[in-house]
Order: sequence, then C-alpha cells, then structure tokens
Amino acid sequence: MAAFVAILGRDLRLGLRSGVDSAQPLIFFVIALTLFPLGVGPAPEILERIGVGVIWVLALLAVMLSLDRLFQADAEDGSLEQLALADLPLELTVLAKCLAHWLMSGLVLVIASPLLALLLHQSAETISVLALALLLGTPVLTLIGSIGAALLIGARRGGVLIALLVLPLYIPILIFGVSAVEAEVMGLGGSAQLLILGATLLAALALAPFAAAAALRLSME
Amino acid sequence: MLEAHNLACIRGGRSVFQGIEFSLGVGEVLSLQGPNGSGKSSLIRLLAGFLKPVLGEIRWAGVDIRANLAEHRTRLHYVGHADGIKALLSVKENLAFTCALNGAANGALDRALESFDLEGLADTPGRFLSSGQRRRLSLARLIAGDRPIWLLDEPGVGLDAASRERLERAIDRQREQGGITVLATHGDVRVANARVLEFKG
Repeated sequence: MAAFVAILGRDLRLGLRSGVDSAQPLIFFVIALTLFPLGVGPAPEILERIGVGVIWVLALLAVMLSLDRLFQADAEDGSLEQLALADLPLELTVLAKCLAHWLMSGLVLVIASPLLALLLHQSAETISVLALALLLGTPVLTLIGSIGAALLIGARRGGVLIALLVLPLYIPILIFGVSAVEAEVMGLGGSAQLLILGATLLAALALAPFAAAAALRLSME
Repeated sequence: MLEAHNLACIRGGRSVFQGIEFSLGVGEVLSLQGPNGSGKSSLIRLLAGFLKPVLGEIRWAGVDIRANLAEHRTRLHYVGHADGIKALLSVKENLAFTCALNGAANGALDRALESFDLEGLADTPGRFLSSGQRRRLSLARLIAGDRPIWLLDEPGVGLDAASRERLERAIDRQREQGGITVLATHGDVRVANARVLEFKG
C-alpha cells in the first residue's frame, strides 16, 4: 500500500510542479467552452438547449487530450521499468496513476463545471445533476483512456491514434451522461442513467487496470 | 540459484545469441563481456523478465521465472540505460520514491544517499544533475531495498574513479550478503573472482 500512495503522491507532485502543463485540460475546457456563445450567438434558449451536450463533449476531449501524459513520460525515461519492479502489482500501479490523472483532470472539470454551466444559461437543478453525472463519468474516461494510452506507448503521432481508439469507447458515457441531465430536467428523474454511469465506473475500475497493465508489459518487450 | 539453460534471443528478426548456459550460486558475480550489439543488454533484460526468450528458460531456485514473473521482479534491481530520474524531483525525492516502491526498511534512504556520496546533492532537482551524477543516483537505487539479484547494464559509464570504487564496494557488500550480480561491462568495473561470459559480435 505504501507503494500505491508513493506513486499517487509522486504523480500529483510532478503535476503540481509542472504548472501550466497540468492545467491544460482545464484551460482547454474553459477556452473551448467560451467559444460556443460566440459561435452560436448569445440567445439564452439556444445555449440552454445545447449547454449540457457541449460541456460533456468538451469534458471528453479535455480528458482525452491529457491522456498522453499518463504513461508516455514514464516509458520514455525508464521509470516504467522501475515501476514494474516495485512491490506492487502493475494493475495497482495503473490504478494509482489513473487516480492521480483523474484528480488533476476529471475532478478539476467537475469542480469548474457549475460555473461554466452558468455561462451557458443552465438552471440550478441542471447544474447539480450535471456535476454529479460528471463526477461519475470522468473517472471512467480516465480508466478507459488508460488502456489506449498504454497501447500507444512509443507510437509516434499517438495523439491522433488515441482519438480513434478511445473516442468510440467514450460514446456510452456521453449518451448516459447527457440523458441523465435531460431526464432530470424533464421531470422524469435521472437516477436510472446515473446508476448506469455508476455501474460503468465499477466495471471500468475492475477491468481497465488489467487491460492497461497487460499493454504496459507488452510495451517493455 | 539463478540458472540459464540453452537461452536464445531474437531481436528485430536477427538472432542475437543462442545456447547461453550458466548457473550462479550464492554471492557470485557474472560479468558479461563483448562488443556493442553482441547481446549483453538483451540478456540482462531477459533475466529481468522484460523480454521473453525464444528458446530455453531462466530458473530461480529451480523454478522457471516465467511461472511467476511478478514475484521474480520483486527479487531484483535493474540499472539500465534509461535512468528514470524525474527532472522535477530532487535527488532525495527520487530516491525516497524508489525506497517506497521497493518497500525498503527505514534508514535505507540515508544509506543509499551515503553509499554514492549524494548527501550534498540531496536537495538538487534532477534536471540540474550532470550525467555522472545521474548515474550515481540510479546506482544508489541498488541500496534502496535489499534484493538478491542485481542486474547492471554498463554501470560504469560516466563514473569517475572514486564513484567506480564505491560501486565496486557496493557489489562486494552485495556478495557478502549472498546476493547475485550480473553486470555488462567494458572492463571499467573490476570485481575480483567474477565469472565471465564472453559474447561474440
């Protein structure tokens, strides 16, 4: 367990010390989002209609763009081999790195989302469901993304490939994330969709580390 | 303890070596010698379990290491060409991380710093280290956690005479504790009574 905490702590410390680099997902999220009122016009009814979808799509892209940081640096400088020799199964190493990644990308987006939702004329009840859906959905984005990131270690132009590999797998999260909020707003209650998101999170927690660890082992051969 | 039987390795479609046989007992050192590209690094990566042999097997205490690779990896230290030193962490933080990874006992961090004369550099961030200092830091990891197998890939590169002596002393201590060392070298690190495995080009 000490090794798990050490990996988490090291990744967070590296993230904090690299400054702007680790704020990238948030910066991208905010800038891209402010483009929408400029692009589609400031009419409240349009922004209200598209707001939730826009926030989800941008959250997807923001997490995806930060995935190359997950394993690439460690693979290049040899840290990955040191991690493989640790007193910790590689699956748990992956989990520790995913947790650190989520804290610095997904969780930051969840915290920023209420403010940005206001910018898109969302109502108070929409905002609370949206934040909850993002809280359940963004860890899944990181976990699924970790498989893609591990598979693409060493691939040049990995950025484009990772989009092809990972975005299709993100579609269910997008669908249930958006429909949870819409069902809530229409008065149907979004709990069914939120439960599905929660179930997806549990499944991803259980399965993704094995897939990513297997890909990491292959990358060292 | 550590045995190789009829090992063969193919890299990039080319046979690097074949028919490698050795058996190392308590406290023995195997020195791999040969020209560049003759397969020394590949053998070390095979012994660490990073590569799969196309033929033959590696055994620890009579059991094929591939039967439980995860456990085998916790038995060894590997110092390769990529040093895994984080530019944004200090020397001490880099080493403390290794200690935590290896589940090292208390005091291992200080011993590791001391054994390669890194106390004065403890708070220096990784990005300001010279290549010799980086090498010393990656060798100090050997002291961060007691492990019976040391796999060293050209550990003497970039070291000054004093540091090379420290390395030789560290290897001697490892032998006294019954550990096994396999090192690839071009003759810059000298160990008494080492077994030698010659690679042809």
